[in-house]
Amino acid sequence: MSGQEVVFALLGVVAVGSAILVVTTRRLVHAALWLVVSFGALAGGYLVLTAEFVAWVQVLIYVGAIVVLLLFGIMLTRAPIGESADLDSGNRWAAAAVAAATAAVLVTVVVMGFGDERMALEAGGGSAEALGASVFRTWVLPFEILSVLLLASLVGAIVLSRSDIRARPETRVRSEEREPERGDAGGEDGV
Amino acid sequence: MHLAYPTVVAALLFSVGVYGVLARRNAILVLMSVELMLNAVNLNLVTFDIWLRDPLHGGQVLTLFTIVIAAAEIGLGLAIVLLVFRNRRNVDVDRLRALSERADGPDEAGPDEDGEQPAEPGRAAPAEEARP
Repeated sequence: MSGQEVVFALLGVVAVGSAILVVTTRRLVHAALWLVVSFGALAGGYLVLTAEFVAWVQVLIYVGAIVVLLLFGIMLTRAPIGESADLDSGNRWAAAAVAAATAAVLVTVVVMGFGDERMALEAGGGSAEALGASVFRTWVLPFEILSVLLLASLVGAIVLSRSDIRARPETRVRSEEREPERGDAGGEDGV
Repeated sequence: MHLAYPTVVAALLFSVGVYGVLARRNAILVLMSVELMLNAVNLNLVTFDIWLRDPLHGGQVLTLFTIVIAAAEIGLGLAIVLLVFRNRRNVDVDRLRALSERADGPDEAGPDEDGEQPAEPGRAAPAEEARP
C-alpha cells in the first residue's frame, strides 16, 4: 500500500463517513455542515488523483456556493435549528435495503472489473493549463451550450422565486383590481 | 495506485446518496443527497480520466460540466422548494400528495390557511394566486 493509497483511503473514509452523517443526522444545519466536510475530503481526493483544477473548482463551487445556497434554503424554509425527529420518512428501512443492495452490486462490479488495475499518478495532468487548453480547444461548443444552460436555469430560478410576476390573464385582472386599493392606502398614508 | 480505491469510494458515496434520497423527508435534505450522488459520479469521471490518460481530458472537463449542472440544478431546485414552502408552509416530500391518484391525497396535503385550494391538483403549481 503506497503512500498515495493510504492518503486516499483516509480521505475516502472521511468523505463516506461524513456523507453517512449527512443522511442520518437529526439536525438540518449539521447536515449542511457535514456536507462541507464530505466535499472537502473529496477535493483532497482529487488532489491525490492529480486533478488539481477540479479540486479547486470543487472547493469553490461546492463548498463555497452550493452549501451556502443550501443553508439559505434551510433558513428561508424556517426549518428548526435544533433537533427535529421527523426528518426521516417511514420507509427508511426499505431505503436502507435499497442502498445496501446498490452498494453491494456496485462494489462487487467495480472490484471484479478493476481489482487488478493500477494507475500511474503523474503531476501536471489536471493542471489549469492543461484543462483550459482542453476546454477551449476540444470542448468549446459544449462549454458555450452549458453557459447558456446555466443562464437559462438562473433566469428560471429568478422567475420562480419572484412574487410579483403574474402568470395568467385572470390573475393579472385580479391584480389590477387590487391596484386601486393599494393606491388608496398609499394616499391615506400620504395624507 | 489501485483503481479500486476511488471507484469503491465513489460507489459507497452513490449508495449513501441513494439512501438519503429515499429516506429523507425534508426536500432540502433530498437535494443534499442528490449532490452526494453527483459527487460520486464526478469522482468516477476523474478516476477514469486519470487511468486512461485521456489526452483530451474528457473526464475532467466533463466533471467541470457536471459541477456547473449541479449548481444550476441546486438553484432551480431551491427555487422550487421555496415556492412549495410559500404555498404549503412545509417542504415535507411525504405530504406533497397533490398529484397522487388517490382521492384522499390532496386533502392530506392541502394548506391550512388559504381556503381556495383548487379542486384540480394541477392548479396548485402557480404560486401567488392562492394567496389572499
